[in-house]
Amino acid sequence: MDAFINFLYAAIISATPLLFGTLGEIITEKVGNLNLGVEGMMWLGAFSGFYVAFKTDSLLLSLVASFAFAALGAALYAFLTITLRANQNVTGLTLTTFGIGIAKVLGYAMTSVTKQPQISDSLNQKVSALNLPFLTNIPYVGKLLFNYNILVYFAVILSVLFYLYFKHTKRGLNVRAVGENPAAADAAGINVTVQKYIHVILGGGICGIGGAYMSLISGNGTWHSGGVVNGYGWIAVALVIFASWNPARAIVGSLIFGMFASLQNYVPASVVTLPTPIYQMLPFLLTTIVLIITSIRKSKENQQPASCGLNYFREER
Amino acid sequence: MIANGTRTHEPLVRIAKRRERSRAELILLRAAAFLLAIVAGGAFIALLGHSPIEVYAEIFKGAFAGNKRDPLSAVKQTLVFFVPLIVTSLGLSLAFRMKFWNIGGEGQIIMGGIFATIFALYSTDNPGAIPSFILLPLMFVAGALGGGLMALLPAIFKIKFGTNETLFTLMLNYIALYFLKYLVSGPWQRTPGFASIGNFDKSARMWEIGGFHASLLVAAALVIFVHFYIKKSKQGYEISVVGESQPTARYAGMNVGKIILRTMFLSGAICGMVGMIKVSSTYTLTEGITGGVGFTGITVAWLSQFNALGMVLVSLLFAILQKGSSVMQTSLGLSADASNVLQGIILFSFLGTEFFTRYKFVFKKNNSKEKE
Repeated sequence: MDAFINFLYAAIISATPLLFGTLGEIITEKVGNLNLGVEGMMWLGAFSGFYVAFKTDSLLLSLVASFAFAALGAALYAFLTITLRANQNVTGLTLTTFGIGIAKVLGYAMTSVTKQPQISDSLNQKVSALNLPFLTNIPYVGKLLFNYNILVYFAVILSVLFYLYFKHTKRGLNVRAVGENPAAADAAGINVTVQKYIHVILGGGICGIGGAYMSLISGNGTWHSGGVVNGYGWIAVALVIFASWNPARAIVGSLIFGMFASLQNYVPASVVTLPTPIYQMLPFLLTTIVLIITSIRKSKENQQPASCGLNYFREER
Repeated sequence: MIANGTRTHEPLVRIAKRRERSRAELILLRAAAFLLAIVAGGAFIALLGHSPIEVYAEIFKGAFAGNKRDPLSAVKQTLVFFVPLIVTSLGLSLAFRMKFWNIGGEGQIIMGGIFATIFALYSTDNPGAIPSFILLPLMFVAGALGGGLMALLPAIFKIKFGTNETLFTLMLNYIALYFLKYLVSGPWQRTPGFASIGNFDKSARMWEIGGFHASLLVAAALVIFVHFYIKKSKQGYEISVVGESQPTARYAGMNVGKIILRTMFLSGAICGMVGMIKVSSTYTLTEGITGGVGFTGITVAWLSQFNALGMVLVSLLFAILQKGSSVMQTSLGLSADASNVLQGIILFSFLGTEFFTRYKFVFKKNNSKEKE
């Protein structure tokens, strides 16, 4: 039982940055923009979040910075794809190259041969596991529910809020209309351009917080220029498919990915021994299968927003 | 178009289609984009406290200036970056012309590398069993087959079930990557504890002609092939028609499914050749086989608007940036990743100016009754 609790606990810790990235990309794709720049935006957030944490010692400022810097990258993408109608795939990929480049160059400038930049102990304390009086001490449940760092709760709450937003509010419905059929949304009086800008930038910023999670928590508060984000942005793009564009399912989806990522440390060698790369491959294999099955069943519910990847030009209606 | 006399609120700025620009105008526009990128990149470098001119000069020097023993050493290394990039772009451009989003270049390169390595390992275990002039062509065909089959998979599902190819090919990249990691740290591992399969036997190494890899010739041949395939062949024409409009292609009696399968196989096969070129030039198969060219190639192909000569120029530019930046890191202490930033800035400014080839901004006139 203890081993299982530990396993779930580790899975949730490693799933959280994925949840931020996935949620950000879902919000972006809901307005019909496929942004392949998630990895780049997470790097931008990872750097800026780390830098501000390092300089100011404030968790709040660090998170704001990570959101803002990644949102800036998303704004560039938004300007190019929405106003200037550049190809979404190419612009997103460029944002990835650019974002990784910026983060590594600035990170390199901050690092010296003798000293790896590291956040202070007091800040480290703030992002470490909560210890609530009474609640955390409940056997099993305490560890499983009340013993995470604060960002884990933030990610889950944010996902639930966006689930409700898309499912139950008029505004959310309008946003979905933009992604499904921008021409019809436009005709219905929804300002397509404004909605696209808002959600692409918002989504990018949330990806950035996921990046800050990786540099502050997953990276133990030290800047490793080799790989802070380490491909998690790409996994998030895959997870969007797995979650079938649903923020609530993104919670479950990222948890499953997190479980696969932690699985190899917890499966006793006597039960089954799979090589590490095979464990790492499983989530992608699963995602591909989900992608194929939804396309075979042609289920309208679980598909990508219909206009995703295509730019909208009113005069070409 | 807003009809005269209606009370529609006219925005301050709106966007309209423009007449096609002349060739000279297009070239000028691209030159302006490049200039903009140089200036923006320079501003970024200056912000970091370096002199832009010094950094640019160092990158250029690093890409071309060799040492005393071999004046061409830097050029050779720049070409090592260039060849995989141009070949990948050529392969991907075929699929893109058809509006089939092959994001799977990475996976196709990896599969090509794995298929080619099967023969290279056999020859390494049995030295002399296959002479080099048979082995290398064999590896080449194997690589093409590996990449082609990898690309065929999403094409089949696209035709049968309409499965989204962007996402499918993206997923196949990871599946291929982890399969590769499994091979080099498992069944093909030669040094315990290291994800290494050791060096290939001499017979499996890329031929060198005057110190240059023969793969340069392969790249040149492919540039010419893709150019004429697209411009002059019936199959190339079919690709363009399917890309323009599938219903039109069907109406003209074309077998759209067959064209998609054939083109995707060819696209993946050319990417697979990159895998073969990489393993035979580095004498081994590693996790870093692609160097990210599967992704960079997408942007190169798109920027060049699938024009073969354009892809040569852009690939060359990116190769110079990459090689030059690696030298600059040691000499000036600015991270080599600056090449990624500069590359991004160049791409962004090209993507941005692309808009002005097709559209124009129309500003609201003071007298709103005035006609267009």
